[in-house]
Amino acid sequence: MSTFNGNGQSIPKIGFYICHCGHNIASMVDVDKVQKYTASLPGVTVSRDYKYMCSDPGQELIQKDIKEFGLNRIVVASCSPLLHEHTFRVATEKAGLNPYFFHMVNIRENVSWVTGDKEAATDKAIDLVRAAIQRVFFHKPLVKKEVPINPDVLILGGGIAGIHAALTIANAGKKVYLVEREPTIGGHMAMFDKTFPTLDCAACILTPKMSAVKNHPNITLWSYSEVEKIEGFVGNYRATIKRKPRYVIEELCVGCMDCIDACIYKEAKYPDEFNLGMSKRKPIYIPFPQATPQVVLFDPDTCIDFKSHRCKKTCIEACDRDAIDLKQTAKYEEINIGSVILATGFKTYDAKFAPQYGYGRFPNVFTSLELERMVNASGPTSGEVLTKEGKKPKSVGIVHCVGSRDEKSNKWCSKVCCMYSLKLAHLIKEHTGAEVYNFYIDMRTPGKGYEEFYDKLMNEGVHFIRGRVAEVTDWALAAEEENKLTIRVEDTLVGVVRRIPVDMVVLSVGLEPREDASDVRRMFNISCSNEGFFLERHPKLAPVSTFTDGIFIAGACQGPKDIPDSVAQAGAAAAEVLSLICAGTIELEPNTASITEEFCSGCKSCIPLCPYSAISFKEDTKKAYINEALCKGCGTCVAACPSGSIIQNLFEDEQIFGEIEGLLRFAGIDLAGSETKGKELEHA
Amino acid sequence: MPEENINKKWEPKIIAFFCNWCTYTAADLAGVSRLKYAPNVKVIRLMCSGRVDPQFILQSLASGADGVLIGGCHPGDCHYSEGNYKMLRRFRLLQRVLRSMGVEDERVRLEWISASEGEKVKTVINEMVDTIRKLGPLGLPGKISVYDKDLAELKNEIDTEIEVDIKPSGKEMVEHA
Ligand SMILES: Cc1cc2nc3c(=O)[nH]c(=O)nc-3n(C[C@H](O)[C@H](O)[C@H](O)COP(=O)(O)OP(=O)(O)OC[C@H]3O[C@@H](n4cnc5c(N)ncnc54)[C@H](O)[C@@H]3O)c2cc1C
Ligand code: FES
Repeated sequence: MSTFNGNGQSIPKIGFYICHCGHNIASMVDVDKVQKYTASLPGVTVSRDYKYMCSDPGQELIQKDIKEFGLNRIVVASCSPLLHEHTFRVATEKAGLNPYFFHMVNIRENVSWVTGDKEAATDKAIDLVRAAIQRVFFHKPLVKKEVPINPDVLILGGGIAGIHAALTIANAGKKVYLVEREPTIGGHMAMFDKTFPTLDCAACILTPKMSAVKNHPNITLWSYSEVEKIEGFVGNYRATIKRKPRYVIEELCVGCMDCIDACIYKEAKYPDEFNLGMSKRKPIYIPFPQATPQVVLFDPDTCIDFKSHRCKKTCIEACDRDAIDLKQTAKYEEINIGSVILATGFKTYDAKFAPQYGYGRFPNVFTSLELERMVNASGPTSGEVLTKEGKKPKSVGIVHCVGSRDEKSNKWCSKVCCMYSLKLAHLIKEHTGAEVYNFYIDMRTPGKGYEEFYDKLMNEGVHFIRGRVAEVTDWALAAEEENKLTIRVEDTLVGVVRRIPVDMVVLSVGLEPREDASDVRRMFNISCSNEGFFLERHPKLAPVSTFTDGIFIAGACQGPKDIPDSVAQAGAAAAEVLSLICAGTIELEPNTASITEEFCSGCKSCIPLCPYSAISFKEDTKKAYINEALCKGCGTCVAACPSGSIIQNLFEDEQIFGEIEGLLRFAGIDLAGSETKGKELEHA
Repeated sequence: MPEENINKKWEPKIIAFFCNWCTYTAADLAGVSRLKYAPNVKVIRLMCSGRVDPQFILQSLASGADGVLIGGCHPGDCHYSEGNYKMLRRFRLLQRVLRSMGVEDERVRLEWISASEGEKVKTVINEMVDTIRKLGPLGLPGKISVYDKDLAELKNEIDTEIEVDIKPSGKEMVEHA
């Protein structure tokens, strides 16, 4: 065994504590047995069990023992270190012991919750505890690293979540860079006419916030922009933003739209993205009347001048302010920020993947998002609900859960579809007086005022049929089905298969992660959950944090949610950011690596391994050197050093070897004058 | 097998090295989801799979583990960009060494498990325990002590020969072995 390296702490006096965690641990692990076993290990001065170690009395227990028995190592066996390591380190420190003499054993997530047999669970817990005891012998006092927090914030995505977060932070006097990929902010909400459950007008509540963003002295809005690169760490990120060319100088354009009128295309010819292709736009356009910023842009793919350079450029003549610049190229902005909020939202399920519903095949099958545009007064039909033939439908079927709660597409519930389907049913009825049928699997309307909204709809005479729609077909089997779309469904309340002929079908498509969610996730070094939405640090207690410090998430990019929830998350993310900023500094884990010069052979094999270029070669001494400010503590160089000259704090070789040995047997340590040496204890 | 207690049924002992950001988190998720899996795998948490020194693996086996499982983030997902690639490179080399020592490939396994793959933690662990149960104990500590003994004997022989020839004190060398 290696020799004990005590750093002045002559004889190890270990305090061991095992937590019952109510029944969470104690029902599967024989806590008493583990406690008694550990008490018998040489070097262990105190061994106790307690109901809730993380509670105040639990922590005080540790502190009292440290003072009374002069403990110099603390091991707590409880839940995951990702949850409470910090709690116990603080407790240890409060009693005057360096917090890094503490080590945590995970016997809940790694043992009691995943094991079905009490004896096996107890044995496993004993092994893990023994490993920890063997490990802490080699712990050393460490000094915490503190870094300052740059108070500037980057927010990615200008939907309602990004907008709300930006305004909250900017109102607190901090600087925000809001980067939106599209030519305008607003996200999905800008497409809606009314919002459930109050049916307030989306534009009326959203556009003031959009203008506030544009005019706020603390917000730099970069629309039609994307993040190219981000590097650094919490408090000190550096990002490169690519501002795509609009071919219009943003600072000069006032959005008068004279250029659009002057375009040599008298008629709009190209599908309008904002209206989902249901109307046309010119090669020079503004996405929608309230677009923010109010700046036009060119679509180089359709503008004649970009294609042939032979346009008369009537647009340029029309612009009094000389704002058009057809030679514009992408601009890159470099910014330093301390934290980031990702609010990149969602996309809707592509209804073409559910061919049984005929989207793309039957002209009168629409998606819910298309209907949102249709009922919108500034939409493609000026707010009229019309079939492709231009007629008011007499009957409309709304199919719920398209691309949701389905093994074949997406398993999850998209959470907002029941409610928006009710909203659309109401609006369609209001606009056309049609008979409206809602086909649902279950009605899900939890939320303030939501169930009441459902009640209201039932009283309005909207029909509700429970059953997953089997297909939408134009194959008429009866006279009333001629020239109609027939919805075939098993009505599971009555227990019969029904055929309902309608003039128009609306597919309530589910919410999905954005196509580029995994690229964004990679760029910002965070995780996604199985479906591809961004993963929060803890589903309950850290819902807007991620595993990367300083990167937060808000809105539908984290999972399907409605506007109130998106705004609530945006507020939470803003609070997290402000709390970082107000603290001014943040403590980093001192788990960085350093080189013991006398052992370094100068072979340079570590240098190319470091992803942060933290290792350099000192020509005068012919030794490698690690800049600890750049080191992030992965330990890759440590594992690769052939002479074993690199040490990673908290993960030193002898600590890990201690853990390995300890998992298999108790080896003890070689400490002159101490009796902790190698008793081979084969536990039961 | 040497060292085995006849009264107690042999159970595979597996040591796992999980990176903090993906696989350890996935194991936590498996716990939170109450997925049940074999108790034979015991996890050591490291910040990154790149920290896994081949010596950790060798030492685990030499100290009596029957297998070693290494878990890291999927390629491209490492919290530190590419620690997992570095691990993969080392792992390939180590496999050759292990093969030459007669350690079956299945005993040392490298898996990419992301933070959301709690289910995968369960299946990988159960699979690995099954496989190693079939392979039987590795018993490297026993084998090593046999090798050591052979080696010592060999040295002894040589030393005695040398002693006959030139008569230095061969005794010391034996003690060193
Ligand atoms: C048909 C339908 C009707 C709905 N009706 C209602 C309703 O009535 N009431 C209600 O409460 N909720 C409703 N919802 C839900 C509502 O749309 C969401 O809750 C809300 O839009 C979420 O806001 P967000 O900001 O998180 O995402 P989004 O609105 O999706 O905004 C995200 C923004 O980020 C931008 N972005 C994405 N990726 C990037 C990137 N990589 N870089 C830069 N920018 C990026 C996008 O361009 C977009 O502007 C409805 C949803 C649908 C599908
Ligand atoms: S952090 Fe998971 S492999 Fe590097």
